[in-house]
Amino acid sequence: MGFWDHWVPSANDALTKLCNEWAAKEKVELKIDYIPSQGNKNLLTIAAESQARAGHDMLAFPTWQPADKARELEPLDDVMKSLLAANGAVSPLIEYLAKVQGHWIAVPASPGSQIKGPCARIDLMKQHAGLDVQKMYPAGAPPDKALSQNWTWDAFLAAAEKCHKAGVPFGIGMGQTEDSVDTQGALWSAYGAVLVDAQGRITVKSDAVRQVLEFNRRLLAFLPPDVFAWDNASNNRMLIAGKTALIMNPPSAWAVAKRDNVKVAEQLWTFPSPRGPKGRYEPYLPYFWGIWKFSKNKAAAKSLLMHLSQRSSVEKQVAASQGYDIPAFAKLNDFKTWAEEGPPKGTLYHYPPSSEQILSVSAFPAPPKIAVQIYSQAIMTKMVGKATQAGGSVDKAIDWATTELEGFMRG
Amino acid sequence: MDGSAAGAVRAPAARRRSTVRRLMRRRSTVAFLFTLPLIVIIAGMVLYPALYSIHLATLNKSMERFVGFGNFEFLFRRETFWMVVKQSVVFAVSAVVFKALIGFCVAHFVHNIPAKGQRKWRGMLLVPWVIPPAMSTLAWLWLFDPQYSAFNWVFEQIGLVPVSWLGDPNWARFSVILVNVWFGAPFFMIMYLAALKSVPEQLYEAASIDGANWWQKLWYVTLPMMRNIIAITVLFSLIVTFANFDIVRILTAGGPVDQTHVFATWAFKIGIEGNDLPLGAAVSLFMFPILAVAAWFILRDISRRGTEA
Repeated sequence: MGFWDHWVPSANDALTKLCNEWAAKEKVELKIDYIPSQGNKNLLTIAAESQARAGHDMLAFPTWQPADKARELEPLDDVMKSLLAANGAVSPLIEYLAKVQGHWIAVPASPGSQIKGPCARIDLMKQHAGLDVQKMYPAGAPPDKALSQNWTWDAFLAAAEKCHKAGVPFGIGMGQTEDSVDTQGALWSAYGAVLVDAQGRITVKSDAVRQVLEFNRRLLAFLPPDVFAWDNASNNRMLIAGKTALIMNPPSAWAVAKRDNVKVAEQLWTFPSPRGPKGRYEPYLPYFWGIWKFSKNKAAAKSLLMHLSQRSSVEKQVAASQGYDIPAFAKLNDFKTWAEEGPPKGTLYHYPPSSEQILSVSAFPAPPKIAVQIYSQAIMTKMVGKATQAGGSVDKAIDWATTELEGFMRG
Repeated sequence: MDGSAAGAVRAPAARRRSTVRRLMRRRSTVAFLFTLPLIVIIAGMVLYPALYSIHLATLNKSMERFVGFGNFEFLFRRETFWMVVKQSVVFAVSAVVFKALIGFCVAHFVHNIPAKGQRKWRGMLLVPWVIPPAMSTLAWLWLFDPQYSAFNWVFEQIGLVPVSWLGDPNWARFSVILVNVWFGAPFFMIMYLAALKSVPEQLYEAASIDGANWWQKLWYVTLPMMRNIIAITVLFSLIVTFANFDIVRILTAGGPVDQTHVFATWAFKIGIEGNDLPLGAAVSLFMFPILAVAAWFILRDISRRGTEA
C-alpha cells in the first residue's frame, strides 16, 4: 500500500494501526509505504507505476490523479455503493473527480482531504477590521445568520484594506502552488467566473472573469508586495510569526502555531470562506484511494478500503490528524474532534463544510483532463499577474489565457 | 572414433581457446571489459531513458496514438515555450560566463598564494560545490525569502529599500543566476587552477626576458595554454546549467508568472504536475539540439587546435 505521508506525524501511526488490525483479522501480509507530497514524490510515484505497470496494489491519489489514470484503475462501484449507503452522499465535486464514464475509479480518502477556508486572528480582525469572527461562527453553535450573510468577498476586501493599513495584511498568495490556486478557485467560482465549461468550451472572455480580475487588482493593493513569489509555506510562516490577520489554509497552520507559537494559536479561528454573487464556495482538495488494474491483490485491497472507510476508522483518522482531514461523506462530518480541538476550544468547529458551503476545486467544471492543466499551470493566478503587473492589462491577460486554454484542448 | 578424428575435433577447440587468449591479451579487450559495467549502467540509466523519452515525445497526450512531431509543432506555437527557450539561454549563458570569469580570477588568486596556505583556501573555496545544491539552495531561499529575507534585513539596517528578490521577474532571474554561479564557480576554479599549475614556468621566464608585462603574459602565455581546458569546462558547465532543475525549482518554481522557468522545470510542470508526459518529454528533448550544436562548435575548435599542435 502506498499512503500519503501526512503532515501531522501521529496521523500515519493511526492509519498504520488500522491497517494492521485489518491485516491481523484477514491474515494478510501487509506492507505500507508513506509517500510524501513534498517535491511531488507522490506524483512521480504514480507516474512511474503507471508507466511500469508495477508497484503498489493500492495508492493514495491526489485530487486530479484518479481521472487522469482512470484507464489503469480498477472500478470500485461495489465499494462505493456500500460506502454511500453507510456513510451518506458525497459532494458532486467528488463524483466529478473520481467517477469516470459512470464508474467509480477511486474512493475518497479521509487522510489529506482538506478545506482551505479562512484561518484568522480573532484579536486582529476585531481590533482592525471590526469583525468578531467568533460571534459570526460561534463554537458549538450554528453561524450567526446576519453576520455570516454579510461575510462576502466585498466584506473580505474591506477587511483586507483595514488590516493592511494596520500593518497586518491578509496573507493571500498569488504564486503557482496549491494554496494560491485554491483561494483563487473559490473566489472565481463565487463570482461565476469560469475558464472552460463542462463541455470543454473556452469561456474566459466573460464579464465574470473581468469582474474577478478587477477584484484581484483591488485586493493586491492590500496584500504584501511579494505574493506572486509565495509558495504553500509563505502564508503559514506569516501567520505563525504574527504578521497577518488572515490566511486561507487548512488547520495545519494552526497546528504548527500550537507547537511553535502558542500565543498566536490561541487567537486563531477557522471558518467558512466569504460568499460571492454565486454562493459560498469553499476550496476543497480531496485525496482518493485507488487500486491499480495490474494489482494481484484486488480483493484484499477492496477489503482494506472498506475497513478504512468505516465510520469508526475514519473517526480515528480524523482525531489523529487533529481535525485536519475532512471526510467526503456527509454523515462523517460530525466527529467530536472538530468541536473539542483547541486552543481556543472550538477553533475548528466550523471547519467541516455545512450545507450552505459549496465545495469547489479550481478549474471546475472543465473536463478533468483540461482542468488539471489549468490547475497545475496556475492559470488563474498567472492571469491576475498578467492583468496587474507592469505593462499588463485585463485584455492582455484574457488573450494570453485563451491561447493557453486552446493548447490544453489537444487530445 | 579414431585418434585422428578426435584430434580434428580438438583442433578447432584449441584454436578457439588460443583466439580467446589472444583477445584477452589485447589491451583494448581488457580495457573494454573493465569499462563494460559502466557501459551497461549508461545504457540502462541514460540510453534507455533517452530513447524512451523520444518515444514518449511522439505520442499524443493520452499516450494512445503516434503523433510524430506533433508535440514539437504544438510547442513552437506556444508563447510560453519561446519564453522558456529565451530564459534557458539567458540563464545558462550568463551563469556560465560569470562562473568562468569568477573561476578564472579566483584560480589566479589561489595560484599566487604561497603553497603552505593554498590547500586551506582550495578546500574552503570548494565548499559551495561540495554541498548538495538542493540543500544550499534552501539556505539561499531563506536569504531571499519574500517576507524574512536576511539580505533585506541588512538593507533596512543601512537605510536601503528592500528588494523583492523572488517576486519581481528581473530580480528573480538575477537570484537564480546568482545561486547557480555561487554553486558552479568553484568547479571552474579548480579546473583552471589545475590548468595553471601545468603551464611550464619557463614560458613565463622567457616572456619576462622578452619584457612582457602581466597582461601580455596572461594573454600570450596563460590563455593559449588553458584554451582547451577552458573550452571543455565551458561545454561541460553549459550542458549541466542548461539542464538545471533543482536551483530554479526550489527558489522560484518557475515563477513569478513563469518568468524564471527553464526547460527542466517547465518539462516537470507540464509532464508530471500537468499529467502530460509526452509534451513534457518533448520540452526536455528540445535541450538536445541546442546543446548538440554548442558541443559541436566547441569540440570542433578543440580538435582543430589539436591538429595545429
